[in-house]
This record gives sequence, structure tokens and C-alpha cells, in this order.
Amino acid sequence: MSGSHDDARAQILGGIRRSLHRGELSGGPRQAVEARLAAPPRGPDVARARLAQPEKVELFCQWAEANNATVARVAAGDVPGEVTAYLARNNLPARAAMAPSPQLDGFDWAGQKMLSLRRGRGEGSDQVSITGAFAAIAETGTLVMASGPEHPVTLNLLPDTHIVVLREADIVGGYEDVWERLRARYGKDRMPRTVNTITGPSRTGDIEQAMELGAHGPRRMHIVVVRE
Amino acid sequence: MQSTAHDFKDNVGAALANPNLQESLTMLKVGFSERRRLAAERLPEFEALRDRARDIKNHALANLDFYLEEFERKVIGLGGHVHWAPTAADARRIIAELCQSVGARTVAKSKSMVAEEIALNEHLEAIGIAPIETDLGEYIIQLRNEPPSHIIAPAVHLTKDQVADTFLEHHTPLGFTKRLTERNDLVAEARYVLRQKFLDADVGLTGANFLVAETGSSMLVTNEGNADLSNTLPKMHIVLATIEKVIPTLEDAAVLLRVLARSATGQESSAYTTLNTGPKRAGDLDGPSAYHVVILDNGRSNVLGTEMQEILRCIRCGACMNHCPVYGAVGGHAYGWVYPGPMGAVLTPQLIGVEEASNLPNASTFCGRCESVCPVRIPLPKLMRHWREREFERHLTPKAVRQGLALWGFLARRPKLYRRLTGIANRVLALFGRAEGRYGALPLAGGWTRFRDFPAPQPGGTFHSQWARHGGTRTRP
Repeated sequence: MSGSHDDARAQILGGIRRSLHRGELSGGPRQAVEARLAAPPRGPDVARARLAQPEKVELFCQWAEANNATVARVAAGDVPGEVTAYLARNNLPARAAMAPSPQLDGFDWAGQKMLSLRRGRGEGSDQVSITGAFAAIAETGTLVMASGPEHPVTLNLLPDTHIVVLREADIVGGYEDVWERLRARYGKDRMPRTVNTITGPSRTGDIEQAMELGAHGPRRMHIVVVRE
Repeated sequence: MQSTAHDFKDNVGAALANPNLQESLTMLKVGFSERRRLAAERLPEFEALRDRARDIKNHALANLDFYLEEFERKVIGLGGHVHWAPTAADARRIIAELCQSVGARTVAKSKSMVAEEIALNEHLEAIGIAPIETDLGEYIIQLRNEPPSHIIAPAVHLTKDQVADTFLEHHTPLGFTKRLTERNDLVAEARYVLRQKFLDADVGLTGANFLVAETGSSMLVTNEGNADLSNTLPKMHIVLATIEKVIPTLEDAAVLLRVLARSATGQESSAYTTLNTGPKRAGDLDGPSAYHVVILDNGRSNVLGTEMQEILRCIRCGACMNHCPVYGAVGGHAYGWVYPGPMGAVLTPQLIGVEEASNLPNASTFCGRCESVCPVRIPLPKLMRHWREREFERHLTPKAVRQGLALWGFLARRPKLYRRLTGIANRVLALFGRAEGRYGALPLAGGWTRFRDFPAPQPGGTFHSQWARHGGTRTRP
């Protein structure tokens, strides 16, 4: 058992340096890793993450559906109507917890007389949530959620049904494009508390390796892609 | 966890005689490995990504101290805390103190092999804190009081019927008195039972697939969403990770993520990949108010710079065990400790000693499938061979094996004598075994014939004599 925090820290870092047969990194080698950190090199290009925008949108929808999400592509004016219709089609209550985001507030929800919305974080009793998305990845049909006052993480996780309103322009090719957007939005070294990348509904293969949906997170995911 | 690795041979006997286990293993052989093959084929860049994944981990290991310090600096800058644990006991003490500092009664745990490695659950229970496993597989084996048998599918050794019996026994007091027969009903019942436990937990404890030095983020890959609930609902989030989990940048994470899920389950992407960076921010409506990362060494820094260093590249996908004929025959429990299969056969002797675990690196046919599917190209057979060499050097090899090897070594250095003796043995074995084509018992070979027949040699003589007859030539260096 070691003593204080500083002793334990020195013990581990010292052990690493002894095994690597060197002291603390300095000079040229240190500049090299600092430069790598400042300008991260990308991995091998993945062709299917490098498509023109319309094909990216198509590929995203295709992979999202392959991963058990459902997708509807609508004009901006039809978003609230699609949400109401989706809930009715699936015999779900016309009540939802919605992310308190200006982007979502820009849609005409008041026109949906039957739909009752509560703005705030997700609670254990919520059956349906509605959120936006920071971005989406065409390569794998993955949604990217950045946490913040306008997007509580609990909305992504607690309700049985998660409805996501996604702008076509926010669909990018691969992870690397998401990282660029995060840096542009939050600063090079600053991340939001949580970035959830979500590919389809929650699932588990823990019983006999057969995929079952709805393990702990949402059982259903519906993505409303907003045409530009 | 108490090791039974020294009892490997007895464990194997029990595993082969267990019909439920054998049924489960039959499914494993066609499930994960076939899905991995299809996923790899769907991505033309897969092999290039494996090369880069290997290079990234090598780079991170060569600069491990730098990246760990960078990671720490970023975490602290965002209001988080980093704790350094040289040993398992240090990590247990740090986590216990953190839990006690918020008066925790329950801890929602997301599957962590490192927590198994340091026997965290037993320690928490001993001080009156209840750890609750929330990954479905881990939850099932926690109810059954069993260790995991696979690093990504902890309950893969169980059949649906066994799970149904376990749930009936443990959920009856909660009002679930019907024995379920469908998988989706079992999943739904576990979801219901665990949901309240999430909401009540004081601390969420997760592992990490990667620690990103650039941003100070811990990265978790799951399918169920239990890790995300664990790091969002309780007031404190503790991340337990070992030193070799740190990688430089988000771009490096992108490469590793592309090979991880495909190698593990054959998915293009796991359902949830989450980056956590520090505690709840001003204005956030949810999230933990305290964020702690416990960085554990537990012997790994000693592996750096040695011939075994390459095992530290491991990203814990489980592909090596999914493709291993030995694991496929006996399952994970037979290995006797936390990490089974080929990666376990290399890592376990390092962590608990070659004396205790010397059977594991010998439990391999060296068929090489593990190396051929490893996403970071760890030469697992080569590393197992290193352990066999060390075992021999330390005189841990059984006497009969050492004597046999010594005899073979004596003959191999005397080629004329070797050829004469093998020629005689070959003719004798061919003559007496002609009728049956095999031997059910053979002097000096009881260890072999007790379990299987020894084939009688075909007529035609030894390899050497056939080689000479077919005009083979010897080349001298």
C-alpha cells in the first residue's frame, strides 16, 4: 500500500519511465508528441465516409434503419405533424418530454392540439422524449448528442421512445467530421460534459447472443430528418 | 477474485462434462466469429485500420507517462479529479473512500473487467456498500454468484432456461412469480427491476474503453445504455481504468472504434459510445456533480519494455476467445481467473504469477486464429511461447515433460541415431497397429491414450526416409 497521492503518482510515472529506459520526455521527442497532440493525424480514409452531401443523407438513413431505428424525411413545416402521427401509429401517448432547445422551439408545436409537451430533463416516468442532435454520422447511422442546458442527457436514455429531429445539414461523413465540429463549437480542448453517440435503440446480446432491443435505454428510436 | 488457474486441468474436465455449458459454447462458435467476418468484409479499409490501430497503441505505450499526465491535466482543468493507484489494494481503498465520502449505500456498476481484477465488489460489500451490476450479463451472474466467463459477454456460458430459473428465484420476492420463457420478457423484467436501482444509486462506477489525453475524456462503448445511466443519474461518477487505456487524440479513438465493435460483436458500431469529460456544468439539468478517475497500474508498468509489452495493446474486444478452439471447448471459467482465452493466457501469468497460471499459456494449439483476428495485431501465440520458455527456465514444467524434452534434445543432436531409432519405432508401431490402424493404449504414452487414440503410422517409413526416397536434398547454411 502506498502513501499519499503524490507518492502513488510518482511511483506509477517513475515505473513507466524506468521500464521505457528514459526520464521524463524532453527536447525533440517531447516536441514531437506535443505537435501530434496539437494537430491530430487522421487514420486511413474510409471511402463510405467521404461522399457528397445527398449521398451522405441516404447512407445515414440506410444504416440507421439497419440498426433498428425508423426514419421519416419531412419538410421543416411537417415536423410536429410527423411526431404526432408517429405516436398515433405506434399507439403511444401524445405526451412527451422535450429538450428545451431554441431549435426545437422553432417548430410550430402549438398547431398539434392533441400533443402535450413538457420541456426539461428526462424522468423515470417519461414514455416519450423529443430531442435534436448535434450531428449524425453517415458511415454507421449514428446520432451524436452533446450535453448542455439545451440537451439533458437523461432525455436520450430514460424514455421508452426517443424521437430525434435531425437537420440534413448536420449529417456528416465519419467520426473525424464530428470531432471538427465539436472543436469549432466548444474550443480545441473543451468538450461538453457528455457526448453520446447513439446507433439505434438500446440492445443486449447477453442471453444466448441473440440481440434484444430495449435493454436499459429506449426500445424505439424514430429519426425525423428535416429536408433543407 | 480467487484464482483457480492452477486447477486448470480439473476445471477443463468439469467444463467438458457440463451439458449447459457445451450447449452455450456451440452457439458461440457460429455467432460472434461469423458476424465478425461479415463486418470485416463490409469495410474494405478494415485491414489498413488494424495496422493503424496497432501503431496508435504502440505510440501511446512508448509515450505513456506523457499522455497520462496530459490526460490528468485536462481532467483537473474541467473540475474532475484523478487518483493514482499503483496496486489493486490502493484502487479498492480510493474507491471505498470516495463512496464513503458521499455516504453511499449503493453503487450502480457498469461492467468493468478491471473491477473484477481488483475484486471490488467483495471489498465494497465488506464495508456495507451494495454494488449493483447493471449490465444484463453481469447482473445475471451477480445473482448466481458466479464470475464472468467472457470479457464482453459475461453470461455467455448460460442458456436462456438457466437465466429464467435465476430470475424466478431472485425476482419472486419482488412480485415477479411467473417463470419466463422468452428472451425479450427476461430482458424487460431485468430492465424494470434495475431501473429503480439506477434512480436510487448514490455512485455510478464504470470502466473505460479509452482515456483520451487530448480532451481528458473517458470513453465507454456499450449496447445497453447501462453505462450511460450509471454516469448520468448518480451524484458521483467514478471511472476505473488501467494505465494502458490512454490514447492521444479523438482521431485515434475514431480508428480504434472502427475496429473494436466489428471485432467484438460484428456490429458496425455499438449502440452507445460515450465520451465523459468532467462533472456537470453550469446550467446542465442532469449529470453527476463529482467526477473521479482512478488510474490503476497493478503490474502493467513492469510489462513495458519487455518481450510481453505487446499485450498492453489489447482493447478487450474478445475476438481472440471467440475464435479459440480451446476456449470454444471449455469456456471461460476453466481458465480460473478474470481474463480467459488467448489474451488471458498471456495476461494472467503477468498479473497473478506464472507459478499460479502456468497451465494457461500451455492451453493452446498454436493454431494462430487469435492472432489472425486481433484488431491490434498482438502476436498472441508468440507471447504464449515466451511464457512457456519462462516456465521451463524456472523449472515449473512437470518432471516427465522435462525428461522427455531432454531425451528428444539428446537425440535431435545425433541425427543418425535419431533416424535409426525413429525408423525402428515407426516399423514396430506400423506392424502391431496394422489391424486397427490405431492404438487404444501405448506404453509411455498413457497421458495421450487415456483421452484419445494414437494413430498407427501408415506404411512407407518415417518422414526422413520418405523425403530421401523422393529425392529430397539437404541444404547446409
